[in-house]
Amino acid sequence: MESAGRRSVAELALQQEASLGAQDARERARALDRFRLSDNMFRLLTRSAAIGVLILLGGVMLSLVIGAWPALSEFGLDFVSTQNWNPVTEKFGALAPVYGTLVTSFIAMLLAIPFGLLIAMFLTELCPKFLRRPIGIAIELLAGIPSIIYGIWGLFVLAPFLQVHVQPFLIDTFANVPVLNALFAGPPYGIGILTAGLILAIMVLPFITSISRDVFDSVPPVLKEAAYGLGCSTWEVMRFVVLPYTRVGVIGGVMLGLGRALGETMAVTFVIGNAHKVAASVLAPGTTISATIANEFTEAVGDLYTSSLVALGLILFFITFIVLAAARYMLLRMEQRAG
Amino acid sequence: MDRSLYARRRLFNTIAVTASLGATGIGLAWLAVILFGLFWQGFSGLSPKVFTEMTPPPGADGGLLNAITGSLVMTVLGVVIGTPIGLLAGTYMAEYGKHDKLSSVVRFINDILLSAPSIVVGLFIYQILVRPMGHFSALAGAVSLAVLVIPVVVRTTEDMLNLVPNTLREAAVSIGLPRSLMIRNIAYRAALSGIVTGVLLAVARVSGETAPLLFTALNNQFFSSNLNAPMASLPAVIFQFALSPYKDWQKLAWTGALIITLSVLALSIVARALAGSRKAS
Repeated sequence: MESAGRRSVAELALQQEASLGAQDARERARALDRFRLSDNMFRLLTRSAAIGVLILLGGVMLSLVIGAWPALSEFGLDFVSTQNWNPVTEKFGALAPVYGTLVTSFIAMLLAIPFGLLIAMFLTELCPKFLRRPIGIAIELLAGIPSIIYGIWGLFVLAPFLQVHVQPFLIDTFANVPVLNALFAGPPYGIGILTAGLILAIMVLPFITSISRDVFDSVPPVLKEAAYGLGCSTWEVMRFVVLPYTRVGVIGGVMLGLGRALGETMAVTFVIGNAHKVAASVLAPGTTISATIANEFTEAVGDLYTSSLVALGLILFFITFIVLAAARYMLLRMEQRAG
Repeated sequence: MDRSLYARRRLFNTIAVTASLGATGIGLAWLAVILFGLFWQGFSGLSPKVFTEMTPPPGADGGLLNAITGSLVMTVLGVVIGTPIGLLAGTYMAEYGKHDKLSSVVRFINDILLSAPSIVVGLFIYQILVRPMGHFSALAGAVSLAVLVIPVVVRTTEDMLNLVPNTLREAAVSIGLPRSLMIRNIAYRAALSGIVTGVLLAVARVSGETAPLLFTALNNQFFSSNLNAPMASLPAVIFQFALSPYKDWQKLAWTGALIITLSVLALSIVARALAGSRKAS
């Protein structure tokens, strides 16, 4: 490749010489043609790879729709509104997994948003310079740990701990409070919706933290300095200068975390309990879309069963697609403003 | 001067600062607790046997050799399939069509693929590869991992090529280098460490993936080097063993979890160091 590059330079030099034979001219034309050809080929190659990425997403959607079609045409709208999940009678409804997915993600966001924002505030405003990088990296390492590790840890460490120490306490404390006693009812299983939400919170925390930190950093220092100059406290600068300025970006980061939480599979599968039931109590076992697919797909016999599971996947993809698209749109707006 | 207002503002600030410190402490504590738990449970099972023997039936002695090699084979294959596609797509977006419509659409779609649920990717590969072929295979597992590798590589390639100064490109083109040669000889070379970082991050991301492997590569109790047959992988074995009622299987699952975590953390630290050294220079 390098010699080819050098030759083109040599040829340019030759062009200046009047004593150029016809033979050389032909050779030069051929070499230039070769360059043009390989140039176009490479361009075409990269372009088709870029289009390939689009086809990939289109293929995912198409294959899910085709796979889900038998179930969707059999059950229609009942598929999302019933919680019957019976492989024997071949009656399938997605309500329980959809409910479980939404509730576990909700619990996760409820915990992860305040923690993530507070950690980002610490990293951008309070942390001494020499600690910023190591702490930031440590938080990001949490994101690097594979989800199955969270799963096995949740099942053997977190769930027994919650079962013995936290859940009985919750049940006792809220036994006489009207709404909350239904929310925290039933025997402490250890595993269940709450445990899954907790694990998810730990998993999405790094995403929310690192994106919030990045958008907090994008606030022009002049703005913050002006506020400090007026005598604002750290909290007031955060609340009235940084947060309003970065609102769009923070929401984008939160939605990105939500997208992760909705689609998370292995960690949840370990600790959710796999019960196809919509229960009012967050201590009860439940299931999520991804956990159902992971647990049942290889064992599913019959086309309708498999197709129902693919339909679940389609619903999940649909929800996460909307959430992630909204997240990207917001982060893009933030970037345009910063840039 | 309103003393009570001042006191309240100070109080609010103290609460916020304390909460922020506390949140960071708890965040770091989680990391410590998880890593400690992993070492506590997994370290005692770590012996040469783990790397030299097959996964055992319940109650017997054994290791994780077939799972480890399976993971390595499928990860390497997935990266080998995914990296060129991602590299080329990223090249198009950074070098040829920086501002055209196709690039902005691909950028958006790629970002969605980047965090799309991996189990959905598993379903996709099941539909297009496993079902037509009629059986689970390591190849299908590798392809599903490749689908996860592509968006990571696209993203980092584009970002890293964008960091290459334009004067370098102009200098190369001005001495008569065709554009494709300029990209391969100048731009790639200048962005090399960044691109390698991206590939390492992709390997880290993919090597712990379980969900897409469950119904593409399935699992295998035995050693297999046949790409056309089910193959064991470390995450799938952990999943099976951890949820089993057998104590010795659970112990092996913990050991496997420790191995995965250590290798993934090592990979991301190396990737970070590479990226850091680049910034410093």
